[in-house]
Amino acid sequence: MSDVYVVGIDMIKFMKAGSGPAVELLGAQAALMALDDCGLKIQDMEALYCGNLGQAGAMVGQRVLQQIGQTGIPVVNCANACATGATAFREGWMAIKAGVYDTVLAVGVEKMGGGLLGGGGGGGGIPKEGLLGSMTMPAVFAEAGQEHARKYGTTFEQFAKVSVKNHHHSTLNPKAMYQIETPLETVMGAEMIAYPNTKLMCSVNVDGSAAAVLMSEKKVKALGLMKRAVRVKASVLTSDPWQERDLVMPDVNTCTRLAAKKAYEMAGVSAQDINLVELHDCFATAEILHYENLGLCGDGEAGHMIDSGATALGGKVPVNVSGGLLSKGHPLGATGIANVYEVATHLRGEAGKRQVANARLGMTHVIGLGSACAIHILEKVA
Amino acid sequence: MSKPLPAVDYLKLPESGEPYLEGPKCSACGSIYLGARKVCSKCGAREKIEPVRLANEGHLYVYSIVHRSFPGIQVPYVSAIVDLEGGGTVKGNLIGVDADPAKIKFGMPVRVVYKDALGRKDREGNSYTSYFFEPR
Ligand SMILES: [Zn+2]
Repeated sequence: MSDVYVVGIDMIKFMKAGSGPAVELLGAQAALMALDDCGLKIQDMEALYCGNLGQAGAMVGQRVLQQIGQTGIPVVNCANACATGATAFREGWMAIKAGVYDTVLAVGVEKMGGGLLGGGGGGGGIPKEGLLGSMTMPAVFAEAGQEHARKYGTTFEQFAKVSVKNHHHSTLNPKAMYQIETPLETVMGAEMIAYPNTKLMCSVNVDGSAAAVLMSEKKVKALGLMKRAVRVKASVLTSDPWQERDLVMPDVNTCTRLAAKKAYEMAGVSAQDINLVELHDCFATAEILHYENLGLCGDGEAGHMIDSGATALGGKVPVNVSGGLLSKGHPLGATGIANVYEVATHLRGEAGKRQVANARLGMTHVIGLGSACAIHILEKVA
Repeated sequence: MSKPLPAVDYLKLPESGEPYLEGPKCSACGSIYLGARKVCSKCGAREKIEPVRLANEGHLYVYSIVHRSFPGIQVPYVSAIVDLEGGGTVKGNLIGVDADPAKIKFGMPVRVVYKDALGRKDREGNSYTSYFFEPR
């Protein structure tokens, strides 16, 4: 089976939720940027995999093509919660891996509303939010973080440090929604949403899009595109295995551990080989959990890891140098491909002031609550 | 005025006797669920599910103190996940404690209590009974 490469990839600068143009125009922007990044045209694409959540029933991929070129190619529209973009990317990877196509386009796009996510409940009877606890995302991820606090004594301050770090990183990323330093006092003193997550420890709802052109090895060679190509060393998707508390406590750990194990095996590398990670920091509490879930440190060591600076730019394994979902922003369906953009940019040595030195291997991770986990491991080629 | 309805289907309000929580249990692997089901999602066994009465005593597993919710929902409140003695994990509001992390301890013993569902009514005006946790 052929290796699969990313030859063109880009994202728009993320913007305030609801401020962007219509979803098909947002998607079209990133698609054109990704095509320009590798010097190809829409006529060169053999299929489109489009990730979008908000209008999952409304043929967003076709609408993107109606903006940039209706070539009659197959379009697959994907929805998989916050793993939507990564799932679209992976569908494209799989089609090339299977030998069906040589060149495909993956687009992730989201136009967001503001405010709290989750907690809708639905069904008949009476609303359950605030009656049977909270199913809002900040509370769900607060409780997931509290499980770590219960086991290992992780503190509010340690969770808050994640947000300080990622906001600092975003000051170096012109495509992030925010470029604002947020010291520890500011993060901890911000409005409490769901203890221990303050407002600055919750991801930012934004409008955004990202797109990638994926290609088979023989086509990359034929077109002379290997110089800036990035190899997809592993692509893994998991769902949530049964856990005793998962009816009331969505489990983001087990599906991540399962995906990480498979990804390292597929890539033939270990966690120690990874030079940078873009992981799913939908809330500051989540990032702490994923240090351990991804094997970046041992179980119980994540609190120390954030304290030590190992995951900051310049540290042993920088995490979320883009600013992460906490400050770059989290346009649900676009996030998975935006993460790949960030890692690919470092592997190409094109990340400017936030460049991770000598980056050769990078990992992306997303979680769609419900649950889906997608992990990609990417490798520098040239 | 009709009798209150249960807020969730795993809360049972018998004609006589105290309310209780019910959890379907897989007789093949012992897993306990909330709400009716026919197949066990842990082991895949079919037609082995029998409802069991869950305990009213348990321990606080984890919690969050919710300060921002949807309009009309009173904050702050404590969202709690409780492991019941004998099996089953349920989520609800922890009441009778200060909404202060210094006052809430992981593992603290709690009991399930049954009360009116914070005055919430459905469109037909029916009132509801729900369950809460309080320290014991
Ligand atoms: Zn079973």
